[in-house]
Amino acid sequence: MGMNTQGRPTAPASASGATLETVSGSRGLLQREDLLFEIGTPETTGVDLPKPKGTKSRLGGVKRKVDTGLAGLSEPQAVRHYMRLSQKNYAIDLGLFPLGSCTMKHNPRLNEKMARLSGFADIHPLQPQATVQGALELINELATWLKTLTGMPSVAMSPKAGAHGELCGMLAIRQALIARGEGETRKRVLVPESAHGTNPATAVQCGFIVDEIKADKRGRVDMEDLKSKLARTDDIAGIMLTNPNTCGLFETDIKNIADLIHKAGGYFYCDGANFNAIVGRVRPGDLGVDAMHINLHKTFSTPHGGGGPGSGPTVFSEALAPYAPVPFVTKDEDGLYRLVEHVDGEASESFGRMVAFHGQMGMFVRALTYMLSHGADGLKQVAEDAVLNANYVQARLKHVMTPAFDGFCMHEALFSDAFTADGIETIDIAKALIDEGYHPMTMYFPLVVHGAMLIEPTETESKAELDRFCDALESIARRAAQGDETLKGAPYLAPAKRLDETRAARKPVLKWTAPEPERVAAE
Amino acid sequence: MTTYYTKDHEWIRVDGDTGTVGITTYAAGQLGDVVYVELPETGAKFARGDDFAVVESVKAASDVYAPVSGSVLEVNSALTEAPEKVNEAAQGDAWFVRVKLADAGELSDLMDEAAYAAFCEGL
Amino acid sequence: MRYLPLTPEDRASMLATIGAKSADDFYTDVPKAARLKAKIAGLPDHQGELAVERHMTKLAAKNRSASSGPFFVGAGAYKHHVPATVDMIIQRSEFLTTYTPYQPEIAQGTLQTLFEFQTQVAALTAMDVANASMYDGSTSCAEAAVMAARVTKRKKVILSGGLHPHYAAATRLLCEAQGLTVVQLLVAIDGEGELAKSVDGETACVIGQSPNVFGTVTDLSGVAKSAHDKGALLVSVFTEAVSLGLVTPPGEMGADIAAGEGQSIGNGLNFGGPYVGLFACKEKLVRQMPGRLCGETVDADGNRGFVLTLSTREQHIRRDKATSNICTNSGLCALAFTSHMTLLGGKGLKQLAELNHEAACELADTLGALKGVEVLTPRFFNEFAIRTPVDAEAVLAMLDEAGVVGGVRASRLFPGDHMGDVILVAATECTTTEDIAAYAAALKEII
Repeated sequence: MGMNTQGRPTAPASASGATLETVSGSRGLLQREDLLFEIGTPETTGVDLPKPKGTKSRLGGVKRKVDTGLAGLSEPQAVRHYMRLSQKNYAIDLGLFPLGSCTMKHNPRLNEKMARLSGFADIHPLQPQATVQGALELINELATWLKTLTGMPSVAMSPKAGAHGELCGMLAIRQALIARGEGETRKRVLVPESAHGTNPATAVQCGFIVDEIKADKRGRVDMEDLKSKLARTDDIAGIMLTNPNTCGLFETDIKNIADLIHKAGGYFYCDGANFNAIVGRVRPGDLGVDAMHINLHKTFSTPHGGGGPGSGPTVFSEALAPYAPVPFVTKDEDGLYRLVEHVDGEASESFGRMVAFHGQMGMFVRALTYMLSHGADGLKQVAEDAVLNANYVQARLKHVMTPAFDGFCMHEALFSDAFTADGIETIDIAKALIDEGYHPMTMYFPLVVHGAMLIEPTETESKAELDRFCDALESIARRAAQGDETLKGAPYLAPAKRLDETRAARKPVLKWTAPEPERVAAE
Repeated sequence: MTTYYTKDHEWIRVDGDTGTVGITTYAAGQLGDVVYVELPETGAKFARGDDFAVVESVKAASDVYAPVSGSVLEVNSALTEAPEKVNEAAQGDAWFVRVKLADAGELSDLMDEAAYAAFCEGL
Repeated sequence: MRYLPLTPEDRASMLATIGAKSADDFYTDVPKAARLKAKIAGLPDHQGELAVERHMTKLAAKNRSASSGPFFVGAGAYKHHVPATVDMIIQRSEFLTTYTPYQPEIAQGTLQTLFEFQTQVAALTAMDVANASMYDGSTSCAEAAVMAARVTKRKKVILSGGLHPHYAAATRLLCEAQGLTVVQLLVAIDGEGELAKSVDGETACVIGQSPNVFGTVTDLSGVAKSAHDKGALLVSVFTEAVSLGLVTPPGEMGADIAAGEGQSIGNGLNFGGPYVGLFACKEKLVRQMPGRLCGETVDADGNRGFVLTLSTREQHIRRDKATSNICTNSGLCALAFTSHMTLLGGKGLKQLAELNHEAACELADTLGALKGVEVLTPRFFNEFAIRTPVDAEAVLAMLDEAGVVGGVRASRLFPGDHMGDVILVAATECTTTEDIAAYAAALKEII
């Protein structure tokens, strides 16, 4: 026989290199990547532009003195730069992302494809309206969906994000009070202590005074405290209430709360951040709500993009509708769509304009695509599956972790740190989840629960994924209960170890600066 | 010199009609790593209970309230550069301001060291 | 229902584990009268990709895209070329489908790009520090005004006559809600310098724009000096970020805060959003800044890393005492901005700016040569105002029939300000000599 004895071994040898340090700084698939300013130069570019002709300037001498000096990269370098950086990020496309109150669900790619149609992506907000009838029709169609799903008669589409929608709602309340001649006297806004930080911040931005109301033992608004805060009513502007609330619970007394606030002469702002739990099953309009923002990037699955863009259309009751901001879209009798852009005529009572142009069109396209895909039947199923998944997680973990409240939850399961041994904190459990390949849950929020762990799996997780996640968290919880000190050093397997936030805050370094010798050379 | 304490965890060490004000070691411990201290300007006047400074840790920002009414004679600007001093010596080098007392009678409403220790014990 | 992985069998077995009979059990806290039994009426049922795509494509086809012919609309949003690489980068799942980087150990990708973004914005505006983005230019401007009031502890804000009216409206709204007084100077094509005369000892800030809404570029150094003499701040606004490659940036004019729109770099027109607000200021004001900040630090092994920092300014910690209520920013649009800026580099940006300026000069020369057309803007970068002998609305409608999107009528932005014959026109690197010739030929026919 002719035997070739060359070739590579095909079974692994048994050498250990667990502590291997590499010369390159990369570690296998995880590539080291320096700051672009350390890689590129101001002369480098990844685009080919025609040479300027040298036309006589009409800047009138208003010219930049010192060039930006910003480094550029060639296209291959730029692609690698961002590709390598991308590998250091966790993402919903990679795995379960149970960040409570943030609703990290699957982002369908059809939404992305539709948003990139040139008829949507490549139109200017100030083009003649006759040339953008399809865009105005789309905004109107999405508005119809939002009004129908919430049972509210009016919607403002321009708010740029959830907190911006809150601002929109509270400004409408302010305007309504001014119209009643009570703008100066009604300044007090009730806000539960479990609220998102944006609620009190928004109220203050609108010139209101925040009066905090307590949570009761069931994680709901303490009705006794609420009533005592309503002993005086002539200064009440309204209430800002999240429902389902930040503990992942439906406010059982919500109708009663709405009635009390209305009787006191105030308005009911509902934070709609958690609308995904009830969409298709409950209409906020049936609960006495006067204004509510909807996070298209939560409930209707437009991507979070590493911190935005969001989109926060805000629905209004009859009482607040006249004060909604401009611009808005109307349909005229001739069948043409028209933008009302100024506080005048049919918008004469509007509180004004919050923002340039007409809102987050790119997000509108994605959200409408998502709604059409699911339909009225699918959206109802979305809410039910989101709630089912959260309750399943709660049921699987309640024996090893401490549920914050009794009973079923809505779309998110909330645990306290009561089960952990001394010295082990919520953050240690969160960081240990990273080693198991998961993004941590929301931690230390809501503030009303000690060491809170808020888990929102969303409806786009399969049972198998949930089981795998629960197995991992269950084992970490047992270690936490036993006081396993190794948790304090987690994560061990992430691209970075725990970061020194104290150092970052004491001496803030907020941009790259050229090292000294280089700066001297440049001068 | 006598040191008095408030329920909001400020201390004031009184010498004649001037007082040195800071936050207590207990408070500094509760805040965690202090990263920034915002101090008033010399000459600023405030009434008892007014917020006159802000102390920030990574996880919280807290107002500091005036234990007594008065006007600011001197601020400890070293804290702006080295906020970590608040964790190292809250009741020593890391004083916030020296004030001229407006009404020494207000001191009688404050706690002495033993009373404050007991107060913290109960928290 | 392709986005829902649970099977009926899964649901049944999970309900059994939970100890519930049906999903209805989870909704018993809802008041009975508000519990919907059937699906909501009046909306269609679920549809497959093909059907949805058909519907959306039909809507898109009713719009005329900026690339489909000669296009001259600016006034706050600009038609620029975006490299293919940029869209590929922002569609990477790891950037597109992640959240705000609250867990820095598994978000160094997002954090490093934000740190690079902040560095770029600071250099571009010639300011000390920049944040990790705002919603858009108009909200940046509004936040700058209220920040100035916080810093100076004063209550008067003065807006120039050339500030984009949408920016002015957003700023007025937020300021007045907080009890500040807003003074709007008379609308003027070349009046930014008037701010110097109007500032007084009660002024928190003056807000000027260069290039302004009429395209006029202005050196605001004199305004900055007058403001500083009176203890007020200068907020310097821009809507066209590409201009900063060539035009005097806010920092070189002594601005305390720079606020502007970053759409021009990396981001498409998108009918007005999402865009990316740029926000930068002097170092000493950083703790009064709104929005997220990313800072450098080290991890437990001593390796360089990045975290969100100074977050005690923000609503999730400071609540009612926060510097702003902003939470979500414009992360993905900031990534588009920073990756495009990286492809350009400093030299590329300057060249791009020159090309824009030259296209606008050619357009101004060509239109200005027509009998009856007057170029009103004295100094400009890539947009300017023209006066035509015919009503602007009629002119634009007729241009439209000739296949030319000829600009924005000033009366759409300034109703009641007697600007019925004024059109705002813009040119960019996308504008060709043929486009300009088509505009001139059509306009000549009309007037």
